[in-house]
Amino acid sequence: MNITLILVIIVVGIGLFLLFLYNSLIRSKLRVSEAFSQIDVQLKRRTDLIPNLIETVKGYAKHEKDTFTKVTELRTSLMQAKTPEKKAEVNNMLTDALKSIFAVAEAYPQLRASENFKELQQELEDTENKIAYSRQFYNSNVLDYNTKLQVFPNVFFAKLLNFKPAEFFGATEAERKTVKVSF
Amino acid sequence: MKIYSEISSNKWKTWLIMTLFVVFITTLVFVMNKALGLGNISLVGIAFILAGLMSIGSYYYSDKLVLATSGAKEIKKEQYPKYFRTVENLSIGAGLPMPKVYIMKDNSPNAFATGRDPKHSVVCATTGLLNMMTEAELEGVIAHELSHVKNYDVRLMGVVAILVGFIAILSDLFIRVTFFSDSDDNKGSAIFMIVALVLAILSPIAATLIQLSVSRKREYLADASGVLLTRYPEGLASALEKLEKDHTPPRVASNATAHLFIENPFDNKKVKNLFTGFFNTHPPLEERIKILRSM
Repeated sequence: MNITLILVIIVVGIGLFLLFLYNSLIRSKLRVSEAFSQIDVQLKRRTDLIPNLIETVKGYAKHEKDTFTKVTELRTSLMQAKTPEKKAEVNNMLTDALKSIFAVAEAYPQLRASENFKELQQELEDTENKIAYSRQFYNSNVLDYNTKLQVFPNVFFAKLLNFKPAEFFGATEAERKTVKVSF
Repeated sequence: MKIYSEISSNKWKTWLIMTLFVVFITTLVFVMNKALGLGNISLVGIAFILAGLMSIGSYYYSDKLVLATSGAKEIKKEQYPKYFRTVENLSIGAGLPMPKVYIMKDNSPNAFATGRDPKHSVVCATTGLLNMMTEAELEGVIAHELSHVKNYDVRLMGVVAILVGFIAILSDLFIRVTFFSDSDDNKGSAIFMIVALVLAILSPIAATLIQLSVSRKREYLADASGVLLTRYPEGLASALEKLEKDHTPPRVASNATAHLFIENPFDNKKVKNLFTGFFNTHPPLEERIKILRSM
């Protein structure tokens, strides 16, 4: 009699625990994907700006074909990238490639003086900052979620409920700092 | 994790203050009713309804009222691109919807945030602040303000600003009425008179104390979570240092809205105020700077 009562209490207790755990994990997971869509918005904005930039630079610097092709290729692969890890990787490469475009522009005073170019440069820098901030928000959400998955006793049940840890979006804190300095 | 409990505590406190306001006003009218010998119980009912309406109104319209009294204007991105972008970037970093961006034409550097929740929030800076701060410093200040938005401090602060402000005006009025009304005919109401007087004197003090309790600790908290956002404590620290050195008197700010600002607009060097020092809405700047520098 007593033993059955205790067993019932234990089963109900575990059931309730699982229910709350499941709900809280789902909530965190949704926050993570919501945060990721913020990064996507910014990445999309960046890929939208690049063709304009290339057109503008081409008008002044026709001979820098290699740089243009590289940026265009990276842009395409960024649009095709699916996982956060891949997106982060391509995005970082794109950042470097864009730097080389701006380095090229240094050699063309007329280009540098063009209003259109200045505006694009500003927009791209702004987008880069926004990517950095949305990444920060995403990563802090991933940290929250992954921590929830890995603390005791959640770690035993998380697998049972089929939750997998989320991926961080590339770039270290140090890299984020350099982005800010270039502002 | 900590921040979520802070949010629910703020929501709960907002309701508490709204309820207390209704109880307080109703009691006040009841006592006043007796003290002035009006003997009209329906007045109390009317007070109850009006106070309830005001409470609800302060919940929904405190931001508009605060903005109207401060004379702030909404701006577009083109007008102040750097300021606007800073707000944009940091709200992305904090995962907040984009707040409305306002500006106050005032040479005294200061900033505040208001609104009832992150979806209806406003960030406002004075032109003095924008002129004085570097990029990193402005980021620090805006991050501090956005933390107030994220914590739901703005909801609580807005409601407190309106309701407490109202009580202050009311008690002021009441003191006048009690002193200057011709009360020769009122027999036996002397005791109520005293009670009424005590209430009238106590209420602004209570109001101030509420203001204090809601704003001191959360300034530190907003500093800390702001830094978590910018990852650069020195930005806010040097911004606060500049605020400390600045002595431009503020053009618009009242006792009721003092706690909304990043720095107390009535610091003793600027405006002589009866309550400064003893009743200060903000922790000392030196202390805040010291904490930021040790991060």
